Amino acid sequence: MKEAGSISQAWAIKIQGLTKSFGIHHALRGIDLEVRQGTSLVIFGPNGAGKSTLIKVLATIINPSSGKVLVDGLSLKSNAEEIRYRIGVVSHQTFLYGNLSVYENLEFYSRMYDVSYPRERIREVLDMVDMTSRLYDRVGTFSRGMQQRISIARALLHKPTIMLLDEPETGLDQQATFLLWRALEAVRERKGTIILTSHNLERGLEVCDQVAILAGGKITFRQPRQGLDLVGLKETYQRSIAVRV
Amino acid sequence: MRCLRKAITIAWKDVLSEMRTKETISSVLVFTLLVIVTFNFAFNTGQEVMNLVAPGILWVTFAFAGVLSLNRAFILEKEENCLEGLMVCPVSRETIYVGKMLGSLLFMLVIEAIALPIFALLFNLAVLSLQLMVITFLTTIGFAAVGTLFSALAVNTRAREMILPILFLPIVAPIIISAVSASGLALSGEDWGGLASSLGIIVAFDVIFLVMSYLVFTFVIEE
Repeated sequence: MKEAGSISQAWAIKIQGLTKSFGIHHALRGIDLEVRQGTSLVIFGPNGAGKSTLIKVLATIINPSSGKVLVDGLSLKSNAEEIRYRIGVVSHQTFLYGNLSVYENLEFYSRMYDVSYPRERIREVLDMVDMTSRLYDRVGTFSRGMQQRISIARALLHKPTIMLLDEPETGLDQQATFLLWRALEAVRERKGTIILTSHNLERGLEVCDQVAILAGGKITFRQPRQGLDLVGLKETYQRSIAVRV
Repeated sequence: MRCLRKAITIAWKDVLSEMRTKETISSVLVFTLLVIVTFNFAFNTGQEVMNLVAPGILWVTFAFAGVLSLNRAFILEKEENCLEGLMVCPVSRETIYVGKMLGSLLFMLVIEAIALPIFALLFNLAVLSLQLMVITFLTTIGFAAVGTLFSALAVNTRAREMILPILFLPIVAPIIISAVSASGLALSGEDWGGLASSLGIIVAFDVIFLVMSYLVFTFVIEE
């Protein structure tokens, strides 16, 4: 397996003037953002604010219209494949094949990420999300929450240094949410970087070092978590949204 | 080499998924057999006429069976947005194309391998010759090359079942015509020299559309 994040950089993510348009619709309108390695940033924003688009650009799923994006010091434009080794993506959709078993799904992704000792690693990540006992069951037979837990295991398979999570709590029950945060804690302990989008201000505030609010395709607010309480954040959030609307 | 290994991994994943459900193979196979049987009754004439129309029947059947099979190629990736899952894997978009194309090619070859002996039996024709197998293999590569690209294009449209044949069939018309011509010659006992020009067109089509689809696929799935 390629050693993810072997190049030491101060910034895990550095974005300058990022825009993304779909026809006449401007989803991102000049985003400037830096996230230090080993820290976590939570991005709040209403529906249609551009959160998913931003995550998709960082995950190299879609190309930016303009702007400069560096991930672990590597340019998104010219090093997309190398960057993909370093990122783990959890979306509200699981990226899992319902007809295949948990093991077959994770083995497939292990091969795609050149994971060494895939059998051992699959057991390790399934342990993290408490799903080892269902190794040979078909993913399609699981509840939404269980599928999302496997999806978290999938994203952690290759030991990414940067986790991108797009509203990962969607459809999760309490236990699954707890396991998600526990998995993220493990990433933080490894000095990994986390970028998370969420609607849940309370939970988001608990797990982050920095908060940003995205509205109308622009970062309208950004502050370290210290000195920020839930009430203040809620007021700021409402103001930010109102301004954009 | 690493890219080819990953492309094979993608194709193998499709095979494994199909082995679980047998959705594509069973439905396409039933369709293929129905068409062959229907044509067998429709052209209930002498062997001479049958020799003339058989290549056309064969390739019309395979072309429509190909459409059915290719329609399913990217539906699997659409569920739970697995295509994005593939796109965040450290492989080029071209590798994804090759993997999906190999999977589709394999499905179509399996269907043809089952259908050809039945066709031979019902139409009393010697279609199980090396010449016809080479023609079938080369033509199927062309189908898979173009079909995989258009399947990726059609999967995001609402009327994907209609869009794919509308895009696919006009593009593959030259290769179908060449395959019909080559198959007719092969059935009438022509040697390899007699098939050269038709085979040349099929190979040229394969090369052009493999390269073009390989290069264009990135734009199709990214935008």
